[in-house]
Amino acid sequence: MSANTVGTETGRTPYLTTSNLTKMFGDFTALSDISLEIFEGEFVCFLGPSGCGKTTLLRAIAGLDIQTFGEVTQGGKDVSNLPPSERDFGIVFQSYALFPNLTIRKNIAYGLENRKLPKADIQKRVTELLELVGLISQGNKYPAQLSGGQQQRIALARAIATNPGLLLLDEPLSALDAKVRTHLRHEIKELQRTLGVTTVMVTHDQEEALTMADRIVVMNDGVIEQVGTPLDIYRNPASAFVADFIGTMNFIPGKANGSAVLQMGEVNLDCDPANIRETGDIMVAFRPENLLVQEGDKKLPNSFEAEVKYMEFMGAFFRVDLVSKQANGKAHIKGDFSINMVRRTGVQIGDTITVSIPQDRVSVFPGVN
Amino acid sequence: MTDVANTSLLKEVKPKSSRDDWTMRGFMLMIGAYLLIALAFPLYIMLSKSFESKDGVFIGIDNYIKYFSTPALFNSIENSVIISVVTMVITVTLAFIYAYALTRSCMRFKGFFKIMAMIPILVPSLLPGIGLIYMFGKQGYMKWLLFGETIYGPLGIVIAEVFFTFPHALLIIMTALAISDARLYEAATVLRAPKWKIFLTVTLPGARYGLISAAFVVFTLVITDFGVPKVIGGQYNVLAVDIYKQVIGQQNFSMGAVVSVVLLIPAIFAFYIDRQVQKKQVSQLSARAVPYEPKPDRSFDTWMMSYSSLIVLIIVTILATCQFAALVKFWPYNLSLGLQHYNFDLMDGGGWDSYYNSIQLALWTAAVGTSIVFTGAYMVEKGRGFGAGRTAFQFLAMMPMAVPGMVLGLSYIFFFNNPDNPFNFIYGTMAILVVSTVTHFYTVAHLTAMTALKQMDKEFESVSQSLQQPFYKMFLKVTVPVCTPAILEIAIYLFVNAMTTVSAVVFIYSYHTQLASVAVLNMDDAGDIAPAAAMGMMIFYTNAGARILHTVVSKVLVNKTQAWRQR
Repeated sequence: MSANTVGTETGRTPYLTTSNLTKMFGDFTALSDISLEIFEGEFVCFLGPSGCGKTTLLRAIAGLDIQTFGEVTQGGKDVSNLPPSERDFGIVFQSYALFPNLTIRKNIAYGLENRKLPKADIQKRVTELLELVGLISQGNKYPAQLSGGQQQRIALARAIATNPGLLLLDEPLSALDAKVRTHLRHEIKELQRTLGVTTVMVTHDQEEALTMADRIVVMNDGVIEQVGTPLDIYRNPASAFVADFIGTMNFIPGKANGSAVLQMGEVNLDCDPANIRETGDIMVAFRPENLLVQEGDKKLPNSFEAEVKYMEFMGAFFRVDLVSKQANGKAHIKGDFSINMVRRTGVQIGDTITVSIPQDRVSVFPGVN
Repeated sequence: MTDVANTSLLKEVKPKSSRDDWTMRGFMLMIGAYLLIALAFPLYIMLSKSFESKDGVFIGIDNYIKYFSTPALFNSIENSVIISVVTMVITVTLAFIYAYALTRSCMRFKGFFKIMAMIPILVPSLLPGIGLIYMFGKQGYMKWLLFGETIYGPLGIVIAEVFFTFPHALLIIMTALAISDARLYEAATVLRAPKWKIFLTVTLPGARYGLISAAFVVFTLVITDFGVPKVIGGQYNVLAVDIYKQVIGQQNFSMGAVVSVVLLIPAIFAFYIDRQVQKKQVSQLSARAVPYEPKPDRSFDTWMMSYSSLIVLIIVTILATCQFAALVKFWPYNLSLGLQHYNFDLMDGGGWDSYYNSIQLALWTAAVGTSIVFTGAYMVEKGRGFGAGRTAFQFLAMMPMAVPGMVLGLSYIFFFNNPDNPFNFIYGTMAILVVSTVTHFYTVAHLTAMTALKQMDKEFESVSQSLQQPFYKMFLKVTVPVCTPAILEIAIYLFVNAMTTVSAVVFIYSYHTQLASVAVLNMDDAGDIAPAAAMGMMIFYTNAGARILHTVVSKVLVNKTQAWRQR
């Protein structure tokens, strides 16, 4: 039910909504007019640079820092002004926030107490959760005796112990090593899929968002830039900001005259008319991995000459810095060349090569003047 | 999405407060009310008394005019400031070198030197004065060292004040030196800077906030201290003693209030500067700094050790003199030993009862004070919403630091001795002494609690709320156990200070609640200097014992409750 849910789906009532949500800190507007719909069982990521308001939005949803204006509903109930203790969610923080003086078992049991549950049931549930996160042997240790990744899994177990309707994750992986992060990323996603719990995660790491989310909410300066599936956002960024923030994007000044052909310096680029939403001075945008190199004599469409200024070895590929007098003598163009291709063609710094941009991989954004 | 412009028409969301929010605010308001009653109201009454005649008629600034036209009175301002500044310079210099030896040399027995330097904290400030009298007074055994100068006066005051303020300055400067970044020293050495240049460009700037802070703390301690000048000041008048003389000697409460107001001004000023400096120090050290590790240097370490030994020798000599004088039969004529001076019941000052009263006061102060201070700090630090109330509470909690004990005590006479005051019933009881002492030492205890609470993850409360658990469960199961070391630290701080303080209680003790520290004062006043020394040393032994007990209890409790700290 969850994985394919997208925003365009209609006819379903959303589980969590925010409408016209605005948060002010004095004169500073941290969030401005945020309206969102999140469906049951969905995994949604709030993605954006630091200071974009994503954590503020999460804390408003949790009731930890209540918004200045606007509404939040959860499960059809207006929770706009309720304190956290009267809402229904579990939360995991970047710092784990495990109680240091309580054992792992007691940490997980913390939220299960005072609910008129028999002790034996609590212990059973704790064991179940420890098994779920794969740390059954660690129950009697203290948090400081576990690794960061293990601690974060305990924090997750504690957050879902009471079967909350909503799971909130505030940069849960940011404090971890790269390897652990990749591993845990997968585990959290698996767990979420198994439980089917509606989940909102805040992150500044695009890779995390792309790999984990059903839908991504890209934010900047307190507003939503785009909402969509990972593929949608990567392929069809709605704004120059999104294009630049997610993945790498070349922006080269150009002109659009209303036809399907763009001018980039002396180069004419055929382009899907659907992608051209602007006229006049525009930015021609394309991703480095979509830049093709002409090998042999067969002329590719949309091609032009460029000089290789620098080649940066990235391990799996080369990131190549190009300058094209034809396209724009001042603009640096980034291209990703595979190791195989570089070996095949023997391209090196100083060479002049012919490159091309496939017609369906060109986007257009308003020019910056 | 709808129009952005219409936000001004939207109704602002009014957060609903949970039951916990209300309970926490209730606690905070209660403790805030305590601070109002025990601090703000009495001070206000005192301020208004300074504008009244002896008979309680409002006379505007007449008292102040009289004060500033009486040289015998206003000369004290100059005297107090001179004494304070001189002491400040000497103490900070001596403490800096001592702290430098402890943090930047490889001398041996650092633990011993650290403990010995803290001894003056454990005695009432009257005691070094008494020790100096035995050493340099009319019959002092080291009188020849003064070349005819008298110890009764500024010289004696400064020496005794240096003794009294040394550990306070040392603690602050040591902290400042301990947090230096080794990478700066490595960089300077690689750039081939000579040692003296490294000292001037790295060490001193790194410790500058600590030095300034120490200077102002010493200044405040000295200008508000009453014990030292009372014992050894002779004819040299200072502000704190003037208040005592006006109130106890002449029963002129209005003039006492005027001097109090005059004394408040430099104290508040020094306090304000110190707070500004403290704020800056926080951001000084980056998280990536590498702690500095001193390297052995034979001659430097020897010098540092000699210096530290000399300081310890002076401290020990002063105390040993007091103890010896308390034991000899009749200084300096009959030096055979006996316990006759411990027959406190035969002297003025309340006898042995005063000693037991002091212990009672110290225990009550530690128990009540720690609970109030820690609870208050928790509510203000971890509560949600109610920003204005929390700011006001913080301000009230910081205020006691700027109020000299004498001033607080005098304002208690005005406030609590008024029959119309509903709290009048505590006047003359142990309770008012506890209230006065807790209030007088509130700020440092509050700051200790705040520091410990700030080190706890601020999301603990968020997690607990999301799990729908009441705040007191969080407080009792997590906060208190984790903060146990800080809580014990607050308790021992309050205990020790309740044992030694004179200024906060000298105006408000009654016949049934005489105290050991006041007994030292009164016996000294009556000329029974040896018994005064004996009682002073009793306070010292009690405090030393409490300190040792505190260390043991801390160790046991830490092993028991803080097992999680070990990896």
